Amino acid sequence: MDPQFITPFITSIQNVFSTMLQLPVTIEEPRIKEGRQATYDVSGIIGMSGDVTGSIVLSFPSETAERLVALFVGMELASDTPDFADAIGELVNMVSGNAKAGFTGKNVSISCPSVIVGSDHNVSTGSDTPCVVIPCQTDCGQVAIEIAIRESTPAAAADSNAQAA
Amino acid sequence: MRILLVDDSKTMRNIQKSVLGQLGYTEIEEACDGQDALSKIGAFAPELLLVDWNMPNMDGLTFVKRFRANDKTTPIIMVTTESEKSRVIEAIKAGVNNYVVKPFTPDVLSQRINETLSKAAA
Repeated sequence: MDPQFITPFITSIQNVFSTMLQLPVTIEEPRIKEGRQATYDVSGIIGMSGDVTGSIVLSFPSETAERLVALFVGMELASDTPDFADAIGELVNMVSGNAKAGFTGKNVSISCPSVIVGSDHNVSTGSDTPCVVIPCQTDCGQVAIEIAIRESTPAAAADSNAQAA
Repeated sequence: MRILLVDDSKTMRNIQKSVLGQLGYTEIEEACDGQDALSKIGAFAPELLLVDWNMPNMDGLTFVKRFRANDKTTPIIMVTTESEKSRVIEAIKAGVNNYVVKPFTPDVLSQRINETLSKAAA
């Protein structure tokens, strides 16, 4: 995967967590993801379309997600509540939205977020798109950014951009 | 002052409500997307709107264009993750008065609200 698609996510998660959660993020060594199983128990998912297509997942262990959500909304929320999913969705929305601004010269749209809560779930991505996992360490625990995106073919990008307009 | 918050995220609406409460604004209505907002503006008659961009059913940009077809003056602040220059220009052309990029600090949101209301009152 082109490194120009990775760096913006590192900058973005540090910016979002610092601004909204007052939480520093330490980035660890990225790796290629093997298999479809989500890295952790809670996944916030965003789709990208336009000049770049694919999906972004923020993956959290349950305890980490609960701590982060408590910091974000100012109260503890059970992981099976709609408000918990809403908060996770907004975090992945901000991380993805900020990151795409770093795709210089690309016209990219993001979808509304989806959230999956539960251990051992799978997140399938296109078989022709490798998924890069960026492990992140915070004082609330581990977070992983899973990036499975690629540059669109000119025809697909034109179609997607026309639909967005 | 009647303020309408339009965002599909309840978390984000609550954060904005908290900032508005600190500024002394408590007459607040919420809408979860552009369609919901259009259905509420008649009865609520907002004097300021905070509008997200990416929402289901009707996005914020479409909502702003529809709203501006009938109301040219009520100030609108776009509060969104869309931070590319082209998007900001698109929003301003549609009739947005000010722009806040998520993530934001309470101070930044407060500052934009105050400057937007000051300009509208001038």
